Parts: sequence; structure tokens; C-alpha cells
Amino acid sequence: MLDYEKYLRTRTFPLPWCPGCGIGTIFKATVMVFAKLGWNPDDLLVVSGIGCSGRLPTYFNTNTLHTTHGRALTFATGAKLAQPEKKVVVFSGDGDALAIGGNHFIHACRRNLDIKYIIVNNCIYGMTGGQVSPTTPGGFVTTTTPYGNSEPHFNTVEMAKAAGATYVARETVNRPRQLQTVIENAFLHKGFSVVEAISNCHINLGRRNKLRHPIPMLKWIEELTVPLAKAKDMTPEELEKRFVVGEFVKRDRPEYYDIYRETMKKAQEGGKHAE
Amino acid sequence: MRKLLMGNHAISVGATLSRVQVIAAYPITPQTQVVEMLSEIVADGKLNAEFIKVESEHSAMAACIGASTTGARAFTATSAQGLLLMHELLHWAAHGRLPIVMANVNRAVAPGWTIWTDQNDSLSQRDTGWIQFYVADNQEVLDTIILGYKLAEKVHLPVMVNLDAFVLSHTYEAVEVPDQEKVDAFLPPFNPEWKMDVKNPRAFGGLTSSDVYMEFQYNHHEAMEQSKKVIAETCGEFEKIFGRKYGLLEEYRMEDSEYVMVTSGTISKTSRIVVDELREKGVKIGILRVRTFRPFPGEEIAAALAGKKKAFVIDRNISYGKSGIFYDEIKGALYNKGMNLPLFGFVIGLGGRDVTPAHLHEIVDYGMKHDRPTEEIIWMGVKK
Ligand SMILES: Cc1ncc(C[n+]2csc(CCOP(=O)(O)OP(=O)(O)O)c2C)c(N)n1
Ligand code: SF4
Ligand SMILES: [Mg+2]
Repeated sequence: MLDYEKYLRTRTFPLPWCPGCGIGTIFKATVMVFAKLGWNPDDLLVVSGIGCSGRLPTYFNTNTLHTTHGRALTFATGAKLAQPEKKVVVFSGDGDALAIGGNHFIHACRRNLDIKYIIVNNCIYGMTGGQVSPTTPGGFVTTTTPYGNSEPHFNTVEMAKAAGATYVARETVNRPRQLQTVIENAFLHKGFSVVEAISNCHINLGRRNKLRHPIPMLKWIEELTVPLAKAKDMTPEELEKRFVVGEFVKRDRPEYYDIYRETMKKAQEGGKHAE
Repeated sequence: MRKLLMGNHAISVGATLSRVQVIAAYPITPQTQVVEMLSEIVADGKLNAEFIKVESEHSAMAACIGASTTGARAFTATSAQGLLLMHELLHWAAHGRLPIVMANVNRAVAPGWTIWTDQNDSLSQRDTGWIQFYVADNQEVLDTIILGYKLAEKVHLPVMVNLDAFVLSHTYEAVEVPDQEKVDAFLPPFNPEWKMDVKNPRAFGGLTSSDVYMEFQYNHHEAMEQSKKVIAETCGEFEKIFGRKYGLLEEYRMEDSEYVMVTSGTISKTSRIVVDELREKGVKIGILRVRTFRPFPGEEIAAALAGKKKAFVIDRNISYGKSGIFYDEIKGALYNKGMNLPLFGFVIGLGGRDVTPAHLHEIVDYGMKHDRPTEEIIWMGVKK
């Protein structure tokens, strides 16, 4: 049995999420990875923005920082540069990461600072009661799209890849073991690592789309889930509305803090600009 | 027609009756229903407007600025963090002299994450150049949106209508919803002289030099100053058509009063209970509610307080290192009038802490017992 209890701030329990919410699964997967890796809670910093997913840090018995909507990565960047020895894990919702904080997301991918970014994608603004988000599927009814969403949605993985993230994976809360594996791989990777965790918000997305209970909503996720190996034989049209799961990127590229230190060293040794 | 409306829906109905043409917003508690209702009204074809849920409040205000520049009537609503995120563009909208109307649901600012009410979000936008109203019931919410457009389009300045989170935003009250024809008669279509028009191209937002910048500022300020008169005039037109009276200030049992509670927002309504009770006991007390914060009705406040024995200013906000914000501004307004009445400044109810008649009685008691305040802030209910 893994010693996971030391990662739980039990005095803040019970957990705040609706019964059956997928965020609990993501919480558990993260805690179990911490326990498996045996990291010292004091060496960890868990950061979040705002949203149902933004409430995650409250329940980790580590250093935690609950920040403003969309800016979790910017706070985390400052913290990581100030204390590079800390392991920094950041949680964002889809609205947090891809709408209001979208700019920070692409620049974090580009910069490749050693931060672990878990995006809880429930395809909706959960906390504020179910407004359309950049990942809401086409046709879905939300409180701001009463006759169905007509906007195209983001593909988080493609964005992260294009912007230069060095570890990119997607999993769903229906597959907790696989989710745990990609979180572990992300944590062990050096550089900016992105895990998109597809989660169910039956309360504020499902309810308006005939998926009002957790089980039907999880089944909906399951039906749309396609493992990466299988997806290779499918057309982009077939994949358009699917959740392709697996590891998409795992590559080495100089990490930002290393480059930064190297530049500082050069500057202090030579005191000259590069010719 | 009389309808039961929550404050947020009173905003949406006010915007609909004003025939807004572009609505851009981002959700934030406790504002969400404003935009949700509008998205439905637009989708149902009951309002001929473009609705877009953008990716942040900064973008929402930017979209309103774009729309307004083309001569469209633009609307948005927000609260707290959302309003703070708009800050850069609040300046832009105002200096651009764009008659945007925005509802802001007054919510306290993080950290110390909270969704409950106080006024620090909007008061910290004081110097952005927006006209700011603080309203006290849902009827006034609806009416001030309509009034707001008329005023904004006359003086070429944006208008912010502030209402208390939950106390108004989520509370249902009976509201007289005016007929569309009457609103149309009051508020004609927006057709500004200066607008972006492909047939008559112009450049907006250009670089200026110190040769002209100061004049821009002067004109902006003059427009603000003039808007005081225009507010009175517009409220007069409104009263003629709709029968409801508004102004820069609102007085309650002030005529023969010796003591005055100076309030804003919904605390004003709670204060009426206290004033009525004290009047029963023979205390000559009234309420001066500040409805307009910018332009600041300093002259009018001084006139209303002239000859009174004492005034008790109640602030649900704070300027750290100074005092309650209304208190500070009012004190400044009295100085050059040579007025020296004892002015007490109370700070109460931050972060939505309840303000009950009992608390307000305590305020009056305190003021009655002391000749003059010895501190800039008299804190109410702080656990020290
Ligand atoms: C600047 C700002 N705008 C708006 C909000 C209100 N708000 C809180 S959470 C949230 C969206 C939540 O959606 P998401 O990021 O997907 O997280 P979820 O709740 O779905 O986990 C919004 C708009 C805020 N806190 N700050
Ligand atoms: S509203 Fe949705 S995302 Fe938020 S806790 Fe409930 S189910 Fe989970
Ligand atoms: Mg979400």
C-alpha cells in the first residue's frame, strides 16, 4: 500500500465537487503518482487558477497557491524561477487554460520551463454554472448557447504540440490507470509537460444535454475515446469529435531554466553580448 | 407591466429595451444571469443584436469598444476580478468618448477569494473617466440602464451601473417594466456624428503629442462636469415619460433633519428602517444617498448638508491608508465651502458581511455620543 495520506490536507475535507464529478478521479490519480514517486510534500508546489478544477490545491498537503482566473501558469513561472528546486504542478480548467489564459499556455509551451500542467477539460465553465467554453463540442446546449454551440472547438493537444511543449498526453477520467501513467510520465519528464484530462461535468454540461447523471456522461466519454494507435487509421473527419488518448509528444529540448542559467554564466564570465 | 425580476434580469431587460446592438461578455459570479438571459433573448430573435461570449473581460470591453466605434450601441456586464481585468480598456473607452453602458455587480476583490458584495471593485476604477451610478433597488437597476444610454450618448462618455452582489443581483423585486414604445420615444436609435464608416474613412486611436494630449483630458473632464447638468435634464425627461424620479442624489426625510446618514447602494434602503424608528422617537434624522459617484456631486452634497448638525458617512469600501472612499470625497467637497460640520466616517460590511438595522443604529448612536470623530475610519464589527 502506498503512503499517500501525507499528500492529503485532510483538515480541509470533505472535497467540494459534486458527487460523481471527474475532478475527484484526477485528484486521486495525482496523489497516487506523488506517493509512487515518494516526493517530499515540502518540495512540491501545486498551483491553480479559478474554477471547480481550480479548487484542487486546497486539498493537497503541499505548498499550494490558488491564483486568479487564467493566470496560474504565470504565477507558477515566477515561483519556479525563484525556487527552481521545487517541483511545480499546475491545474487549470478548459476555460482557465484555453480562454482567458490561452496566451500564457502557448508561451509556457514555447518557453519549456520545467512545469507540469494538468488541464481538466470538462468542456464547460463548471464553476460559473455552465457557459460555453473553447472546448464545448459543437451543438451542445449551454447557458450561453441555448440553441447549441455553433463555434468550433480547440484541440488542446494540437495546440500544445504546435506551441512546442515537450511532453503532451491526453487521457480521460474513465481510464484512471492510464491517466495515472501519463501524469507520472509528465512528472518525470524535464520541460513543460501537458496532460489533458477529459472529465465529466454532468451537472453543468450533461444536465442540458441528456447526460445529467455521471454514468451516462462517462459512457458518452467512453464512446468517443479512441486510443492513439487506432486513431492512426482514421480520417481527420472521423476524429473531429473524438477524444484521442495516449502520449503524443515526448521529446528533449533545452529546458528554459538551464538555458537561462547558461546565459547568465556566459554574461558574468565574458560580460559581452553575443556577436 | 409589473414583473418579478432579480437584479440581474432587470439589467438584461433594461439592455433589451434599450435595443442594444452588440453584447460581448465573459461570465463571472454574480453577473452570469445577466448574460445568460440576454443570450436567450438574442437567440429567440426578440432582440436584434449580436451576442458573443468572448475569452476574457478584457476582450469583452475591447469588443464593445470596437462595436461602439462603428456606431453600434454596445453593452457588457461584469463584476470584481472581471472589472479589474478590464481596467486598461476602461480608460480606452472613456478617453475614446464611447457611450458604452456596463452593469457591474459589486463584488469584493481577491485574494481572500469571495463572491460577496462590497464596492472596492468599481471604486478602484474611479479615475478611468467613466460615469458611475450606484443603485439601490431593482427598479432603479432597470431604469438606470435605459437612462444610462441616453446620458452616455448625449455626453459621449461610458456609463457604469453598479449594484450590490446578491442583495440586488439575485434578489427578486417587483419591477415596472416600461413599454417598448415609451422607451423608443425616450431613447432614439444611436447615430453618432463620429463613427467608423467605410464610405467616409477616418482614423481612430492615433498617436498624439503633448500639444494636444492635455486638451483631450480637459475636454474629457469638461464633459464629465457638464454631465451633471445633463443627468438632471435626462432624469427630468425620464420622469415625464415614466413617472419615476432620479437624480444625482436621493433624499429621505431630509427637510427638517439635523442629522444625516450619507449612504450608497442598498445600505440606503436598510437605513430607512433605522431613520423611521429614530423619527418615532423624535430624532430629526434623514438619509442622503449618493447615486452618482462620477461626476462627483460635491456642490450638491454640500448644499444638502448645509445647516445640519452632524453627518455619518457609511462606506462599504476602503481606500487603504486613508479612509472610506465616499467619506474622503465628501470631506474634500465641504472644505472650500467653509463647512465644518462633524463628519463621521464608518467602514462596514466589507466582503459581504451583513449590514443590519442594528448595525446602523450603532453607527447613529456612536455619532450622537461623540462631538467629533477622532479617527478617519470608525470600523464597524471588526474582530480586532
Ligand atoms: C477575471 C475573471 N473572470 C471571470 C471569473 C469567473 N470565473 C470563475 S471560474 C470560471 C470558469 C471556470 O471554467 P473552467 O476554467 O473550465 O473551470 P471548471 O470550473 O470547469 O473546472 C470563471 C469564468 C473570474 N474568477 N475571474
Ligand atoms: S459543477 Fe461540474 S465540474 Fe464542477 S464540481 Fe460539479 S460536476 Fe464537477
Ligand atoms: Mg471547465
